[in-house]
Amino acid sequence: MQLLKNNVLVTDNWLNAGSEGELPSADDVIVPFARLLKEWGELSTRAGKLGLRLSNTDRPEALGTFLPRLSVIVLPFPAFNDGRAYSIARSLRDMGYRGEIRATGNVLPDQLQFMLQVGFDAFEIGERFPLETWQKASRQMSLAYQRGLFRQASVAEIWTERHTDAEPWLEQPHAG
Amino acid sequence: MYRYDEFDHQFVRERTNQFRNQTERRLSGALTEDEFRPLRLMNGLYLQLHAYMLRVAIPYGTLSGRQMRQLALIADKWDKGYGHFTTRQNIQYNWVKLEDAPDILDCLAEVEMHAIQTSGNCIRNVTTDHWAGAAADEIADPRPVGELLRQWSSLHPEFSFLPRKFKIAVTGAPHDRAAVKVHDIGLRLHKNEAGAIGWEVIVGGGLGRTPMVGVTVRDFLPQHELVGYLEAIMRVYNLYGRRDNKYKARIKILVHEIGADTFKSEVEAEYARRPHPTTEVEERELARIAAYFAPPAFDKLPRWSASFEEAKLANPGFARWAKNNLGPHRVDGYSIVNISLKPEGGIPGDATAEQMRVMADLAERYGNDELRVSHAQNIVLPHVRKDDLLAVYQALENTNLAAANYGLAGDIIACPGLDYCALATARSIPVAQSISRKFADSKRQDEIGKLKINISGCINACGHHHVGHIGILGLDKKGEEFYQITLGGSSAENASIGTILGPGFAGHEVADAIETILDTYLKHREAGEEFLATYRRLGPKPFKEALYATA
Repeated sequence: MQLLKNNVLVTDNWLNAGSEGELPSADDVIVPFARLLKEWGELSTRAGKLGLRLSNTDRPEALGTFLPRLSVIVLPFPAFNDGRAYSIARSLRDMGYRGEIRATGNVLPDQLQFMLQVGFDAFEIGERFPLETWQKASRQMSLAYQRGLFRQASVAEIWTERHTDAEPWLEQPHAG
Repeated sequence: MYRYDEFDHQFVRERTNQFRNQTERRLSGALTEDEFRPLRLMNGLYLQLHAYMLRVAIPYGTLSGRQMRQLALIADKWDKGYGHFTTRQNIQYNWVKLEDAPDILDCLAEVEMHAIQTSGNCIRNVTTDHWAGAAADEIADPRPVGELLRQWSSLHPEFSFLPRKFKIAVTGAPHDRAAVKVHDIGLRLHKNEAGAIGWEVIVGGGLGRTPMVGVTVRDFLPQHELVGYLEAIMRVYNLYGRRDNKYKARIKILVHEIGADTFKSEVEAEYARRPHPTTEVEERELARIAAYFAPPAFDKLPRWSASFEEAKLANPGFARWAKNNLGPHRVDGYSIVNISLKPEGGIPGDATAEQMRVMADLAERYGNDELRVSHAQNIVLPHVRKDDLLAVYQALENTNLAAANYGLAGDIIACPGLDYCALATARSIPVAQSISRKFADSKRQDEIGKLKINISGCINACGHHHVGHIGILGLDKKGEEFYQITLGGSSAENASIGTILGPGFAGHEVADAIETILDTYLKHREAGEEFLATYRRLGPKPFKEALYATA
């Protein structure tokens, strides 16, 4: 499967593991949450990198202790209009997670920008739309009102921009 | 009034271009209808029974004369010369062509308007008190917060695919004209004992299939915490609201199923977990916005206007209109003018392009260039000098806008119903028209007094029938329209959900049934008692007996 990352296609080298079965010793693997909980001892000491596949009903705040060891978190869109993963992604970023957050499932170009803004940075995009459509999709809006988004360099936060320059009288250094 | 700065302009322009591109992809076949549907809905474009319908946002119901004139132009150029003002302070055009929609959005953008998020499972247009900034009982104008929330909720990347649509209402007055208790989130401004201003946050009210009055999750939230706190509520809803059944997907069901206390603690936990950046930017932004809503420079006038009093004596029609359609203004010598869009036998909320232009002219000439759309589907001129009222009345009279029935039996709220709407199970408009004709006699309406009649053409309750003093719900029984009547609803500060009276009626029987109910009220009422008060005192029994005794 090819992944869209930073607006280009890259090859996905991760192994998607099921809920049980032998794991190859050195490969980078993605496991479901139940397996992470069950086999944390072994998984945390493996040589390869570790990824996690969350479901929409797993609570992001339960991941705290695992986050530093994770390099990828895969969040599902069972339907384009099931928006839970947007909140999960943003929670993970709020918690300080800096690894990859990957969108899988019914991922569409016209939602790409929202996904980028809440912290997704990798997308399983399938074959339906040409790459060009995807590349354009990430540049549709150059402004957002909300603060604290996971910002692309090309998107400005309006409220922050408006109030960047503090009133000059507030900025005066204290005399003496 | 709020004015766009370069950021707001660019934001709306980019959004319009994006939609133009999406529409082109649909028309060329690059997008399927299934793929296009959510995109057009997010831009207010529905496919109805006969044509596309475009719902245009009128944030917190506030318009300038120029904006109203542009709405008239759109009605003339791309619709059939009229528009329909809705119960959510928006306007709908019923006869739009898909290929014209991007041009209409451009036309709106010229006057700082848009149709963003007037549909879809996202945060909808924020509504408020239609007398905001003018009402005598107001603590503070709620519209700056309305504008703050408009911006915050616009294309919110986290909350654009919620389990279901989400409606926020804001009021700054103790008498609730914004129905905050029957919204997904209602915000009520009040003062604490120390005189400071804060917000009561009410969550989980709503109408539709499962009408509920909301619960208070915070009594007194400081203003600068609003955005952060609302984000916490929205995140809890987005993550845990039901998605398995669209009829159980509103936040009211989540609050009800997990219980108000559990819901509250989830929100508080989420709020505590949030990385709390400084709210300084929000405070500055609110201050920037509030400056646009500074009260106009009112003239210093006596409370009593001789010319107004004389005109009333000379012109009984004007006197009656003045008695019913004016609201108390906070400043001496001024009145709030409520223009009824409910002429006898008319379609509630409809206005022709010509009428829109007349109202725009009046606003510019006499009303500080401000208009409001009310959730009762009327138009308000919030600041009119008493000395100018006669001139305003005469201009309204010339364009069939002088119905003197504001707040009376003829001031019926009705959804478009089966005449237009793809969801409807019955027609609303003909029922509204028959009731309007039944009570056309002005003496009769005055005798009955304050009354809210609400009609919905299906269980989704866009006509807010649950909170009508008299609610009428149109249903379909084996291919026949029939209408259920509820009594005792209210959307005011003492909100209540109406009670179903008994078996339904055929369309042609409804007006007679309403007459029987009102005759019963007149027979039983005590001096000065309004319909709702009589109903609350007596309960449904006498009304039931009168209605069904002969059946």
